[in-house]
Amino acid sequence: MSDLKLGFPGNEKNENFETPDNVAPPWDATTKFSVMGKPHPRLEAEDKVTGRAKYSYDIRFPDLIYAKMLRSPHASARVKSIDISKAKALPGVLYSEARQGLTVRYAGQGVAGIAAETEEILDDALALIEVEYEVLPCAVTVEDAMAPGAPQVLNGPNVGGRPGRGKERVDAVHKDADIVVEAEYRTQVQTHSCFETHGCVCKFDDDGSLTVWASTQSTFFTKTAIARAARVRPENVTVITEHMGGGFGSKFGADDWDRFCVLAARATKRPCRYLLDRRAEHLIAGNRPDSIQKCRFSANKNGTLMGAWVESWGTAGVGRGAGVQNPTIYRFRAAGSEQKDVRTHAGRGRAFRAPRHPQGVFALEGMIDEVAFALGMDPLALRQKNDAHPVRSAQWPVGQKAIGWRKTPRGNGAVKIGYGCAGSRWGHNARPGDAVRCRIGKDGSVLFANGSQDLGTGTRTLIAILGAEELGVPLSFVDVRLGHTTDPYGHASGGSVTAPSIAPVVKQAAWLAKRELLEHIAKKIGGDPKKMELTDGDVLGGKKKITFKQACALLPVDSIDVTGDSRNVFRVPRFSREVAGVQFARVAVDTETGLVKVQKIVSVQDCGQIVNELTVRSQMLGGVIQGLSYALFENRLLDRNTGDMVNADLLNYKIAGARDMPEIETIPFNVAQGGTTAGVSSLGEPATVPTAGAIANAVSHAIDARVRSLPITPDKVLAALGAL
Amino acid sequence: MADDKIRVSRRDILRGAGAAAILGTALPASAKEAAAKAPAGLTRHGPGAVPVSIGLNGKAAKVMVEPRVTLLDALRDRLDLTGAKRICDRGACGGCTVWVNGKTVNSCTMLAIDAAGADVRTVEGLAQNGKLHAVQAAFVEHDALQCGFCTSGMVMSCAALLKNNPKPTLDEIKAGIAGNLCRCGTYGHIFNAVQEASR
Repeated sequence: MSDLKLGFPGNEKNENFETPDNVAPPWDATTKFSVMGKPHPRLEAEDKVTGRAKYSYDIRFPDLIYAKMLRSPHASARVKSIDISKAKALPGVLYSEARQGLTVRYAGQGVAGIAAETEEILDDALALIEVEYEVLPCAVTVEDAMAPGAPQVLNGPNVGGRPGRGKERVDAVHKDADIVVEAEYRTQVQTHSCFETHGCVCKFDDDGSLTVWASTQSTFFTKTAIARAARVRPENVTVITEHMGGGFGSKFGADDWDRFCVLAARATKRPCRYLLDRRAEHLIAGNRPDSIQKCRFSANKNGTLMGAWVESWGTAGVGRGAGVQNPTIYRFRAAGSEQKDVRTHAGRGRAFRAPRHPQGVFALEGMIDEVAFALGMDPLALRQKNDAHPVRSAQWPVGQKAIGWRKTPRGNGAVKIGYGCAGSRWGHNARPGDAVRCRIGKDGSVLFANGSQDLGTGTRTLIAILGAEELGVPLSFVDVRLGHTTDPYGHASGGSVTAPSIAPVVKQAAWLAKRELLEHIAKKIGGDPKKMELTDGDVLGGKKKITFKQACALLPVDSIDVTGDSRNVFRVPRFSREVAGVQFARVAVDTETGLVKVQKIVSVQDCGQIVNELTVRSQMLGGVIQGLSYALFENRLLDRNTGDMVNADLLNYKIAGARDMPEIETIPFNVAQGGTTAGVSSLGEPATVPTAGAIANAVSHAIDARVRSLPITPDKVLAALGAL
Repeated sequence: MADDKIRVSRRDILRGAGAAAILGTALPASAKEAAAKAPAGLTRHGPGAVPVSIGLNGKAAKVMVEPRVTLLDALRDRLDLTGAKRICDRGACGGCTVWVNGKTVNSCTMLAIDAAGADVRTVEGLAQNGKLHAVQAAFVEHDALQCGFCTSGMVMSCAALLKNNPKPTLDEIKAGIAGNLCRCGTYGHIFNAVQEASR
C-alpha cells in the first residue's frame, strides 16, 4: 500500500492506493512537475496569428462548389408548391433539392437547396426559387404556446417536462422557517453565435471514400452521422477537424445542411462546401433556452437555509431541454423543483456551455441575496454558512479579498457602486473510452495522436504537456496530431469531458512508451529498466547517462508505437465530489441612464490538477466574458406575430466587445484531485456559470432594488428604480 | 443573403452599388438590366467577370471577378488567402480586417474592383522575412486567442493601432479594437498582448 496525498494547501487528505503493475503511477499533491502547471503558449498559436491555420471554412479545391438552402421566412406554414425550374436553368447550377409539401415549424427551416459553381451564382439561383406557402398561426413565446387554443407545434402537447417531487416536504419546511421569500426570475434565449458557422466541406475520392472537413465538436459522431446520411460505410469516411471556430455545445454530429452538402458532392462528383450564413446560424444552429423561474425559499433567523422550491417554464423551440439548475449548490433542509418544457415555433435549443446552469444560478443566487436581505445578513456570510463544499468554502475568502468585498461605498452621486457574488458546481466528468497513440521514432521524434478535436480550448497543447511530463522530455520534443478520425477514438467535446478524460490516457500512453524505450535501452547501455527513469530529456539510472535523443538512436526498431487506453486509469480515489467555483463582481450603475458598467470580476475556479496555466486562464477569462455578455447584452428577439428573428446578425444581436470589458482577475485554484491517474478536472463550462448571477447581485446591491430579468438592460434598471 | 428573399442584405446592396457607382444611376433592379442601359461615355463593368489588379502583400496580383464580388471573397475564393474570415458579413465584427493603402478595412464591405490599384495587406503578409510582427509574437506569448477565428482580424487591427499610436493606453487599446468582436472571450489577453507589443 502506498499513500496518495490529495487536496490543496490547508485541506489535504491521504488515501490508500496501490497502483496496479500495468498502470502509470498517479500524480498527487507531492508530485514535482517539470512541464505541467506552468504557462505554455499553445502549439497552433503561430498558425492562428499568421492566418495559416486552415479551418473547415478555409478548405479549398480548384473544383470546389458551394451549397446553400432557401429558408422559410415563416415560423409555421405548409409549403404548397416550390418552382425551382428557373433556378435549375441558371448556368452554373449543378444540383438542387425541393422539399415539396413540407410543414414548416420554425423560421429558417430549409425548404429547398442549391449547389453551384460560385457563391454569386448560388445567391442568384436561390433568388429564382418560387415558393408558395400557406401561412399558419404560430406561437413563439412560452406564454403564447401555453395559452388555451394555442397552435400545436409538433405532435403531442406543447407543454412537457418532469413533474416535481417532494413539494409537500418543502412546504412543510417552509412552514417551520422564520422567513419565506418569493420571487419570479426570467432569462432570455441566447444564441451560440459561433464565429465559424456550422457546416462542412465534403469530397468523394474516385474509390468512393469520403473525406469531410467538419466544424464539429465531435469528429466521431460526425463520421457516423455522415456515413448514415450518405449511405457510405463508416470505414470509408474520414472526418478532419484541424481547427474549429467555436462550438460552445452546438456542434455535435451532422445536421440537415451537412447531409445536403454530402449529397451534392456525390451527385456532382465535385468537392462541395456548405457553411451556414450568419442569419441561419442564429435561427437554426442552436440556442440556450429561456426560463421563467418562480422561486420560494425559506430560512431561519440564524442564517440557516431551510426550504427551496422552484417552478420553471422555458422553451427550446421545437426541441426539448429547457430545464434550469435551480435550486442547487447550497445545503437546504428540503429542496426541489418542477420544470416545464414548452415547445414553440422556433429553432431547436442545443446544449450551450453549461446547459441549465447559468440561468438557474442567476435565479438561485438572486434568491440567496433576497433571503440575506430579509434576514439582514451579509449575503456572502449567508453563502459561507450554508456551503459544505471543501473547495468552494476555501474559495469564498479568496474572492472576497481579491474584490475588496463591499469596501467601496455605494456613493451619493447618480452613479452607484455595488458588489455581488455567486457560486457554481459541476461534475468532474472524466469518462472512460478515449485512446491515445504514442509513437517514439528512432530519430527522436515524439508524436501523440488522437482523433478528437480542439475547439480552441487548448486540447492539442494539453496533450503535448501531459505527454512531455510523463515521458520526461522537454515540451519542444513533442508533436500532437488531433482531429483525424483515422487516429484513435476521442470523446465528443461536451460536458467539459475532454481534458479530464483524455489526460490519464495520454499519461498512460506516454508511460507505456517510456517503459518500452527503457527496456530497449537497458539492454544497450546496461542497467535495470525498472530502476531507470527519463527526466528532463535524460535517461538516468542506467550504467551511463545518455540523452533521450541518443536513447532513441539506439532503438533496435524503427519506432515504438503504443496505444494507451482508459482501462484502470480511472480507478483512483478522488478528493471532492464536484468541481467548485466562485465569482465576485463590482459594478457601477448610472441611476439616471440605467447603464450598468462592470468594473471588476474575480473568478476563483477549481481546476483540479492544472496542466497549462495559460490556457486555464484563457478558459476562465472566456467563461467570465461570455457570462457578462449573457448578463447584460445578448437576447434573441423573435417577432411574436411572424416568429421571425428580428436581430439575426452580429450588429443587433449584441455580444460583449472590447469596450465592455471590466478588469478580470482569474485565480486558478489548483486541487490535487485524483479520480484518475492525472487528476485533471472539468473547466470550460463551470467557468461561465456564476458570472450573470454575480453581476445581477452587484447591480441590485448598487441600486438597492432588484432586477430579476436578463439581460440587465438600462430600461430594466430604470424600471426597478421606479423611474419608468 | 439568399436565405430569405424578403430582406435586403449587405451583399445585395453591395452588388447593386457596384454597378450603380460605375453607371452613375440609382440602385438598379438588377445589375444586368442596368448594365445594358449604360449611358454613353461611361465604362461598363460587368455583369461578367472583369480583371482587377491589386498590390497584394507587396506583390502584384491579378484576379478575374464579377463587379459584385467583395474584396474578402476575392481574397479567399480566388487568391487563396483564407486568413481573413467572413463572420458577420456586414462590417460588424472585424473578422475580415485587412489593410488597404495602410488603413484597416472590413474587406466584406468593400468590392474587389474598388481595391483596384490599391496596396492590400492581409494577415498572411504581416510577418516580414519569416519574423513575426511584434503583435503576432505577443498574441502567441499571452494566449490572446482561443478558437482563433477572430484572430486574423484582431491581429491586423492591433498592428494598425500600434502603427498609429505606438504607446496606447488601455482605453485607447479598447477603442482601437472596438470594431473587432471575439466570441470565445479573449479580450483581456489581447489587451495584455498589445501592451507587451508596445513596450
